[in-house]
Amino acid sequence: MDAQMLDNIGSLLASTVNIFIPITFAAIASCFSARTGIINMALDGIMLVSAFFAVYGSYLTGNAWFGLGLGIVAGVAIALFFSVITIKFRCSQALAGLGINMLAKGLTIVLLQAIWNAKGKSAIVEGIDVIRFDAIAGVPILGSIFAQIPPLLIVLVASLALVQVVFFRTVFGLRMHVTGENPVAARSLGIKVERMQYVCMIISGVFASLGGAYLSICDVSIFSRDMVAGRGFIGMAVAIFGANQPVGCILGGLLFGFAQSLQYRLQGGAGIPTQLVQMMPYVLTLVALAFSKKDTSGLTESRL
Amino acid sequence: MKDLFTRAWKKSKGFILQSGALFSIAAFVFSLIVSAAIMLLSGFDPLQGYSALLSGAFGSWDNVATTLGTATPLIFAGLSVSIGKRAGFFNIGVEGQLLSGALAAAVAGAYLKGLPAFIHIPLCFAIAWIVGGLIGVLSVKLKQFMKVSELIITVMLNYVITYLVDILVSEFFLNPGYVVRTPDIQASAALAPLVPLSRLNTGIFVALAGTVLLYWIYRRTRFGYEILAVGLNRRAAETGGIAVNTKVSIAMFISGGLAAMGGAVESMGVHGYYIANMVSGYGYDGLTIAIMGGGNPIGCVMASVIFGALRAGSSNMNRTTNIPGEFITILQALVILFVSAPLLIRYFKDKLTRTKSSGSEAA
Repeated sequence: MDAQMLDNIGSLLASTVNIFIPITFAAIASCFSARTGIINMALDGIMLVSAFFAVYGSYLTGNAWFGLGLGIVAGVAIALFFSVITIKFRCSQALAGLGINMLAKGLTIVLLQAIWNAKGKSAIVEGIDVIRFDAIAGVPILGSIFAQIPPLLIVLVASLALVQVVFFRTVFGLRMHVTGENPVAARSLGIKVERMQYVCMIISGVFASLGGAYLSICDVSIFSRDMVAGRGFIGMAVAIFGANQPVGCILGGLLFGFAQSLQYRLQGGAGIPTQLVQMMPYVLTLVALAFSKKDTSGLTESRL
Repeated sequence: MKDLFTRAWKKSKGFILQSGALFSIAAFVFSLIVSAAIMLLSGFDPLQGYSALLSGAFGSWDNVATTLGTATPLIFAGLSVSIGKRAGFFNIGVEGQLLSGALAAAVAGAYLKGLPAFIHIPLCFAIAWIVGGLIGVLSVKLKQFMKVSELIITVMLNYVITYLVDILVSEFFLNPGYVVRTPDIQASAALAPLVPLSRLNTGIFVALAGTVLLYWIYRRTRFGYEILAVGLNRRAAETGGIAVNTKVSIAMFISGGLAAMGGAVESMGVHGYYIANMVSGYGYDGLTIAIMGGGNPIGCVMASVIFGALRAGSSNMNRTTNIPGEFITILQALVILFVSAPLLIRYFKDKLTRTKSSGSEAA
């Protein structure tokens, strides 16, 4: 194998990781809500709003970490709004999700105009810097992946471990599971079902916001309209594929990330129409859904 | 005279309250108010915005024609969602079905030559209908096979179809030239414009005919009754001896076909060819329209006119004020939220009446 080939593989894997991060955040977010019986159809909207406010926060203060905080606050606010209208006012989750995603799209475009007087993109702001490990920069493949690590990747890995523990080793995780599987049984055990759902939706909002903010202030340091582009839905599909478990989310996220970055490579290559390659992730998602276990996904429930 | 008025009101009151029209209107008014607040908070002038919207939609006869012309495909999209919803299948795939119908009609219009108009136009419609309808049936079959909610399946299918249509255009049906589009349709496949140089064409009569057809299916046919039973309670319908899967498939063949007709009138009446993004977002508008119309085909037509007006007005707002035209997305989103959460409006109403009565007590 020559150096060129190694470089190619290295950059392919590096871009896999780059796609993996926001989608896996979205997948964890989806796990938290699905396990308590709520299908968080508003993930896209939450991510978009958080991506916007992360950039706005960084623009206001010049501090990207403050931006991240503002993004999370805004995202959680949207998640709470979704929970209130679905849990308290019993709005259908699919319609509430649809409404909130549209609201987020319109709102961010109007705010772009109001703040930066621009139709498509915000100003370039201070982003969250990558952590550099210059020692391994020269190593083939490993160097291209791990020489520059975005801090949110560390956050993601830590949260995945934590989530694994919370889901399977704590009373809270068990209660979550019962709430989702059988709310009536949960209530008879003295679990406050609604409160459980609100708490998990807030956690879901935090993770979705991290994913959204990654897209804007880590990846490109700019907000552009519609930048989430269905990643929330894909995260949801990854979570279903992974049976709403962290390990499954990692596998699904890596698979999807790899397929997507392979797509970027293949684009424009040897006679394959670009659209055919662009279509791949969605076909892959459908195939993954067709062959995944559905018992914990809750997606066939009538409350949708 | 006054007696006559009160009697007329008493007669129509029942209908208005029962059909849920009042509720949809209330939701729309609420959305207008909240949107105005959002505009105000983002530093824009809501009065200026709304007057630009209104004059863009109804300011002149040409604008009215644009509004009605834009409403035409939306009527189809709304009806399409409506019949799916009635059968308990929530068809978010309208967007993809519209696209495929637009392409199918454009291709049939351009490549079939030497036919008289009275054969060519119906033939284009039929081909579009079959393509869209089959996609509708496909999503039902996928749901049965995968046992996943149709919401996810149809959203994914929308993406797949969007790219597939792009491939078909650029690989097989490309018009020579710089713009990626299909060749012009034959004159025999074109729908005549009703107002010159506007979007309004004879397609609107087809849309109205579709409305009547759906109304007839809902009210007068056994099939209409059966899909209602399936939509309300699938298991009970099954126990009652209705072949549930077949009925849902037929309903979705109609749903997909209606959506495709929306695309077909756009390529045959407005553009004269298929070009990417020419119907983008219409399918999602259809969802809102069906929800606002409350399952009533005539309600769908009224909601379509409102949304046609919003779309027509928004480009005027974009041109004449500094408020982005996407503002109507916010308005539309709020309509969805308010209409789909009936308890929300009731909650506000209770709050209002309570504060009013407590206010009068204090006085």
